[in-house]
Formats: sequence, C-alpha cells, structure tokens
Amino acid sequence: MRITCPVCGERDRREFTYKEAALARPEAGADLEDWDAYVHLRENPAGVTRELWYHEMGCSAWIVVTRNTVTHAMLGSELASGADLGGKR
Amino acid sequence: MAELIAKSPCAGLLPLTVGGLTLSEETPAAMTSVAPYQGQMDVLSAAMKASHGMGFPAPGRSTGKAGNRAIWFSRDMALLMGPAADASLADHAALTDQSDGWAVVRLEGEQAAEVLARLTPADLRPSVFKRGHTARSEVAHMMGSITKVGESAFVVMVFRSMAQTLVHDLKTAMEAVAARG
Repeated sequence: MRITCPVCGERDRREFTYKEAALARPEAGADLEDWDAYVHLRENPAGVTRELWYHEMGCSAWIVVTRNTVTHAMLGSELASGADLGGKR
Repeated sequence: MAELIAKSPCAGLLPLTVGGLTLSEETPAAMTSVAPYQGQMDVLSAAMKASHGMGFPAPGRSTGKAGNRAIWFSRDMALLMGPAADASLADHAALTDQSDGWAVVRLEGEQAAEVLARLTPADLRPSVFKRGHTARSEVAHMMGSITKVGESAFVVMVFRSMAQTLVHDLKTAMEAVAARG
C-alpha cells in the first residue's frame, strides 16, 4: 500500500502509523452522548473511509487519508490540522 | 574538572571500504533544528540567507553546500549542519541544539543507491532523487534522514544511540551489493 503524504508525496505504508477513524471532536460543553459516540462508537464500513495516519518515519505530520476498504483505492489525503476535526490552534 | 574526551557517534566503527563503496563518518561542528514560528517562514528564510547564505529548504530539498548545509528535516523544520545557528534566527524560529544527537555517515560509490535500496522504502532512483534532494524515511527500521550530496554520494543520519546498528546494517548491505558485482 502506498500513501500520499501532503508534505512528502507518495510513500510506502511502512513509514506511517494508523490511528483510527477521523472524527470531529465534540465542542466544549457537548453532552455525554456525543462524547460517548466520539470515544467508543465506530462504523466498520465496506467502502470509503476517512482515517487518521501519522507519518512517523517521515515528516511527523498527522494526516487524514480517504481510502476505499473494498477496492483498496487511495482517494486522497490532507493535513489533519486543516481537516476540521475540531479543537483550536 | 576532569578532562573529558569527546567521542564521535561512530568512533572505532568507521571508515569502511567494501568493493567500490566507502562509508565514512561526518562530524559537523554543530547541528541545530530550526522550526519557524507560525507565519514566520519567509522572514526566517531571509534571515537565514543573510546570516548563513542559504534559505530555508523546501520539503524534500536541501540548501547550501558541504560544511554549511540546511536540510529539510520534517514538516516545518530544517536542520542546520555546520555553522552554529546565528542568534538572529531565534526571533523567528525555535532553535534546538542537536549536535550530539545524530550519527552522520557518508556513503559513496557507484552502487550507493543500490545499498540504500536494501534498507529504505524511499524512492532513490536517480531520475526521482537528485543531488540536493533529501528524505525523512525508514532506514533499516530506524527513523532516518537521507540526503543526496553527490552523483553517487549520500549522507545518512539516524539517532546517535543507533550508530552501531546503522553501521552494521550498512556494512551488511554493502557486502551483499559488492558480492553481486
């Protein structure tokens, strides 16, 4: 598998570490159910997914990778800092 | 106070020659990581040009020349190798002394790229990876930095604590490549 890092370009999967589905963090003051969903509830889609990967052996960027779990097609990637996942800079 | 003798990371391990390949240690006088503050990249690059004669390198590139080089070192970070960082840079970037933190070796020889191909997934083909290009990648399962400094010469860096492993793995790969002729 080859992953395209927005900073480094196309690289081998070995350089990356997988975290989990890329979900937007609930706003401050969100209720317990939102946090429960954010922390515990996950889809297991056959198809397009958005995931967080860490370019550990490369530029150390957190990226959001969109890929298809059925066809293994890599559909795109962007820096996690610009992917509207919540939190403040 | 006791007289302490500084040892380089690869002291007693290098230099090494296998077939037409040589592996030697480089000991830059200073190494400093330069991480620009938010929005300061252009000002920093100009300051680097003024004080060191080279700008901040783009991703995957290096600037300057042997003994006075800046290599791209990760997202929004460069490594200044050779001169001590000028104090003026501290206004625009976080400077961290890395001088004793990295083992730096130089691999030279016609088959140098073939040796590295056994240790890293990075694409080092001459058509893709040219002189002055640099990459952060995996080197024999270690986090490393590879910079092409000549037609058939590379500078490879890993954390200092892994110097012996790096030399061992490079030596093994050099012997394997040399044996194929």
